[in-house]
Amino acid sequence: MGEALLSSKNQKILKDGFWDTNPITFQILGICSALAVTTQLKAAIVMSLGLTFVTAGSNVVISLIRNFIPPQIRIIVQLTVVSALVISIDQLLRAYMFDVSKQLSVFVGLIITNCIVMGRLEAFAMGNPPWKSFLDGLANGAGYSAVLIMIGIIREIFGSGTLLGFHVIPASFYAAGYVNNGMMVLAPGAFFLLGIIVWIQRSISGYKES
Amino acid sequence: MKFIEEQLKKVGQLFEKGKPLEKFYPLYEALDTFLLTPGKTAAKAPFVRDAVDMKRVMIFVVLALIPATLMGIYNTGYQIEVAKGLSHSFWGAVEAGAWKVVPIILVSYAAGGFWEVLFAVTRKHEINEGFLVTGILFALILPPSIPLWQVAVGISFGVVFGKEIFGGTGMNVFNPALVARAFVFFAYPAQISGSTVWVAVDGFTRATPLAVAAATPKGHSVVQALGDAGYNFQNMFFGFIPGSIGETSALACLAGLAFLLVTGVASWRITVACVLGLLTMSSVFYFLQGAERLAFFALPPYWHLVMGGFAFGAVFMATDPVSSAATNAGRWIYGFLIGVLTVLIRVVNPAYPEGVMLSILFMNAFAPLIDYFVVENHIKRRLQPKKLEVEAKK
Repeated sequence: MGEALLSSKNQKILKDGFWDTNPITFQILGICSALAVTTQLKAAIVMSLGLTFVTAGSNVVISLIRNFIPPQIRIIVQLTVVSALVISIDQLLRAYMFDVSKQLSVFVGLIITNCIVMGRLEAFAMGNPPWKSFLDGLANGAGYSAVLIMIGIIREIFGSGTLLGFHVIPASFYAAGYVNNGMMVLAPGAFFLLGIIVWIQRSISGYKES
Repeated sequence: MKFIEEQLKKVGQLFEKGKPLEKFYPLYEALDTFLLTPGKTAAKAPFVRDAVDMKRVMIFVVLALIPATLMGIYNTGYQIEVAKGLSHSFWGAVEAGAWKVVPIILVSYAAGGFWEVLFAVTRKHEINEGFLVTGILFALILPPSIPLWQVAVGISFGVVFGKEIFGGTGMNVFNPALVARAFVFFAYPAQISGSTVWVAVDGFTRATPLAVAAATPKGHSVVQALGDAGYNFQNMFFGFIPGSIGETSALACLAGLAFLLVTGVASWRITVACVLGLLTMSSVFYFLQGAERLAFFALPPYWHLVMGGFAFGAVFMATDPVSSAATNAGRWIYGFLIGVLTVLIRVVNPAYPEGVMLSILFMNAFAPLIDYFVVENHIKRRLQPKKLEVEAKK
């Protein structure tokens, strides 16, 4: 490896995944889980960590064996690797964070079919060395996480008046007539927030619909 | 008139390019064209010679809403008097109602206007009177006890997500006032549904006619149940019942409808189709027999016309020229299905007592599709030369 670990090229990989081609706001992938697991911040954080781990991990593994995978069956190989990682996460959650695991329900298992994971494998790991693939997976996972956590924070504060389970909206607000926003607990609320985040991110990054 | 013109011109110079208030040109333009005939003419076809442009169309709708607004103010006060057991006085009711309703309208205009101006200034589009319509429509479809901050949040959502993100007036898929109400409905259900919110007196409970009808147990007479709750066809028609501010009176809506039809703003096809759809579906329920027959089924079909917000929705909401179907055949289908869906939601969906808002929004989404098929069908018909020849020979 003649290249520094964080050379300018590698930095670009990080920046692309996190900002310029952010999986959620730019590629509009992984929307389903972004809507489903963000009513509580805690679940959103756990989901983010899980997905980042799977994307980065599977990217490295596939990248290592990319020259030995027959192209005809590459999807099956990819799925096997992804499934192995997802199942181990699922088991860990069940062992140590059972309440969160129940809250995330099927969505941990559904990371297997998450478009971000498969997309990065196909688009990046199949043609790049392990370290670069790792950075790419990490950056995309982080990009996904950033959006998920933002939505999680807003939804939990306005939908339930709490943050990570602690009450953050003072009781005097409720006494003055404030009510929690029921829309935020429903999936459409997350959809609107997601739309706003996409809107803001794209106005800053100057994205133009082609 | 001359005086106004000259003063406006003088002020207008401040808003021209390069002048200090350049950014706020849309504000000036809105006032200028509101008061005077626009000085600009169209440079490209189509040229339509008509004194009524979009701004005037929108003002006509505001004028048509005056009866419903006044009736809403009076009835809000009247319901307060009844609830508190006060003796009735006309001006007392108007005053009490105005204290409730006017702040709602003002907040709706102020908060909605803020977003409207913000987008007009940054996106450089004109401020349209369409906003005056949205602001008052939204106020009129809220319960009189709604907290003012929810009015502000709701109209903000309606203006931004119902209209501006699609590109402003004329581009919206959904009726912005209904989007605003739907938002409040799902976000703060306790303040906009149930039986405690329809009279602006704290702790006073009275179910609306639709809630009474839906709650009537099987085997009982629904008309009897309504009568026991103090509702009959007459007071529902005139609107002396609790409900959303402007939509209790079918009579006031009829007055608005007459004005809209005379001025040619609303399509009579849509309103007629709504009524037909409503009557058809409620007749189907009326004649339906069997063990599953709910008491609500037995309501005489024409009663549906004066209950809930149907009259208001069919006159002012469904006919919105932007979000409704634009072809004549499409308008029949669009309106008919609104009527059908309204009855379906009212009668057999236990989750929502009233279905007008949801069915209009739902059909808004389908209006472009209906228009598409109407146009396609028309093209197909025109492309069949054989039939034409046969007809020509005849």
